[in-house]
Amino acid sequence: MNIYVLVKRTFDTEEKIVVSGGKIQEDGAEFIINPYDEYAIEEAIQVRDAQGGEVTVLTLGGEDAEKQLRTALAMGADKAVLINIEDDLEEVDQFAAAFIISEYLKDKNPDLILAGNVAIDGGSGQVGPRLAELLGINYVTTITNLEIDGTTVTIKRDVEGDTEVLETSLPLLVTAQQGLNEPRYPSLPGIMKAKKKPLEEVELDDLDIDEDDVEAKIETIEIYLPPKKEAGKVLAGDLADQVRELVELLHSEAKVI
Amino acid sequence: MSKKVLVLGEAREGALRNVSYEAIAAAKTISGGGEVVSVLLGDSVKDLAGELVKFGADRVITVEHPHLKQYTSDGYGQAILAVIEQESPEAIVFGHTALGKDLSPKIASKLQIGLVSDVTSIEGEGDDAVYIRPIYSGKAFEKVKVKNGIQFITIRPNNIAPLVKDDSKTGDVTSLSVDITSLRTIIKEVVRKSSEGVDLSEAKVVIAGGRGVKSEEGFKPLQELANVLGGAVGASRGACDADYCDYSLQIGQTGKVVTPDLYIAAGISGAIQHLAGMSNSKIIVAINKDPEANIFKVADYGIVGDLFEVIPMLTEEFKKLKVNA
Ligand SMILES: Cc1cc2nc3c(=O)[nH]c(=O)nc-3n(C[C@@H](O)[C@H](O)[C@H](O)COP(=O)(O)OP(=O)(O)OC[C@H]3O[C@@H](n4cnc5c(N)ncnc54)[C@H](O)[C@@H]3O)c2cc1C
Ligand SMILES: Cc1cc2nc3c(=O)[nH]c(=O)nc-3n(C[C@H](O)[C@H](O)[C@H](O)COP(=O)(O)OP(=O)(O)OC[C@H]3O[C@@H](n4cnc5c(N)ncnc54)[C@H](O)[C@@H]3O)c2cc1C
Repeated sequence: MNIYVLVKRTFDTEEKIVVSGGKIQEDGAEFIINPYDEYAIEEAIQVRDAQGGEVTVLTLGGEDAEKQLRTALAMGADKAVLINIEDDLEEVDQFAAAFIISEYLKDKNPDLILAGNVAIDGGSGQVGPRLAELLGINYVTTITNLEIDGTTVTIKRDVEGDTEVLETSLPLLVTAQQGLNEPRYPSLPGIMKAKKKPLEEVELDDLDIDEDDVEAKIETIEIYLPPKKEAGKVLAGDLADQVRELVELLHSEAKVI
Repeated sequence: MSKKVLVLGEAREGALRNVSYEAIAAAKTISGGGEVVSVLLGDSVKDLAGELVKFGADRVITVEHPHLKQYTSDGYGQAILAVIEQESPEAIVFGHTALGKDLSPKIASKLQIGLVSDVTSIEGEGDDAVYIRPIYSGKAFEKVKVKNGIQFITIRPNNIAPLVKDDSKTGDVTSLSVDITSLRTIIKEVVRKSSEGVDLSEAKVVIAGGRGVKSEEGFKPLQELANVLGGAVGASRGACDADYCDYSLQIGQTGKVVTPDLYIAAGISGAIQHLAGMSNSKIIVAINKDPEANIFKVADYGIVGDLFEVIPMLTEEFKKLKVNA
């Protein structure tokens, strides 16, 4: 089976966000594989181990993303692709990201593509379904279980807490939800092997994409931090009095009850 | 310039979800005095159309088909694209719900347009509309403009207030017949796990429990408080991992994002990944034994104490308040 996994490099979840000059400050920040993409990688490896085939991890980004690709290879992916756009494009929206990835994948005949259901930084959840539409294949989002039997695929997906059980077929794109699996940590031998696994790097020119074809449709005009919350009121005194005071405050001051 | 705005209404178990009305309010702003057209898709949805008009839609288009009884991206995609083709809207609004998240990128991709997802507020109107959305799990916000073409957004539930209902308002309800074919996904079964009653992502009040709740049994007093306040129960991942409750209740970076008017966190330490799911709530109350717990840093009001004492007392006080009101 020919399996692709979309991997996005994102800020570490613990990282504090600093805005300067209208941009999120990246210097010195720790970067990780988007947590949902880790589920996607793990699932891809399990499918390959059960069905045979090859797992290719793919990132659209810059040189720095090689680190996350190597981590995915160390987990057990077979090959990596970096579509390096940092010298060509300033702004990349979800339309552009999906289009560029689709141009790379259109003649690769993937049987199964896995992505995260959302990136914890950009947070739109668009890239997976957009890509499937461009490739003309079906997609299922926020999956928590995947079973493949020939070309028949049975899936459980999370729908706001409910579980939907559905059937579809390959080729298919799925996006991972928490609960799909427990992503493995790269093993030491895995890390050693990953250094020698193939990592292909392509640029827009190699894909015959003109910069005008991928001009962003939307534009970020400002980034800012939420207003700093004033220190809250920690109540004091007898517990029964605190409870009465809290109810009174919620009713009269905050007016939420 | 005023715009014609198409809004997707969403029903759940035969009733419209609140986000449908919120989307109409958003559409009104974007329309800048233009027309707001609501769309309802399903196997039998005509009876719900009147409510959309009362909440501000100028007209309603329904598409009814047996294949639309359950949501599939193919079925709903074909239906909404047919409506878009008929109406040529200049803007489109969906809810950022499970359905909206799944469907909107497909439509945007098909139409080769931009999509601003998970909008929490709108500044300006008409062509000058600027969309505000949280990024980095709510740790920052961005203002986004659509450069050209159709303005397509999804709005996060519970953030944009619906318009005041006008029972006397009337509007056209028309139906469009669409041939829904070749669905690639077959829904076999839907297992309902979410707690009865109030939907967590739309609840005005959320009572969330963490590892401090200590057991499945320990969630009972939280449910009682939620019942009194007409709210929903949520949880930290700590509580879900410990099997005190189902993962469907998890709030946070890898769970649900909620923005209720009132969020009560009981026995939750306030890890950054938890805050990602609730820090934009209007009022946050923390109940925790540990005065140093991080949750107090984001709380508007805090009680340092044992949740098993505090929660039942709160329930009683709120009951009294309701009786007196
Ligand atoms: C030079 C450069 C400039 C950029 N400028 C912008 C900008 O101005 N605004 C902006 O929002 N983003 C920008 N990006 C990031 C952009 O490429 C995002 O990846 C894209 O917009 C995805 O949006 P999202 O974060 O909402 O992801 P989502 O749609 O939420 O991601 C869902 C899933 O799609 C897959 N995916 C998403 N992005 C990628 C990717 N890049 N590579 C591989 N898989 C992916 C992952 O599996 C992910 O879990 C830039 C990137 C580069 C390299
Ligand atoms: C990639 C990643 C994603 C994650 N995503 C999420 C997510 O989506 N949501 C999430 O919640 N977490 C998430 N986490 C986990 C998060 O880091 C924390 O581990 C988790 O939130 C802790 O849960 P907790 O607050 O219930 O437990 P603890 O941190 O153990 O806190 C329990 C609290 O209860 C208090 N307590 C104990 N007994 C009582 C009592 N009788 N009365 C009052 N207070 C009491 C204690 O003082 C303590 O503060 C994620 C972590 C990672 C690495």
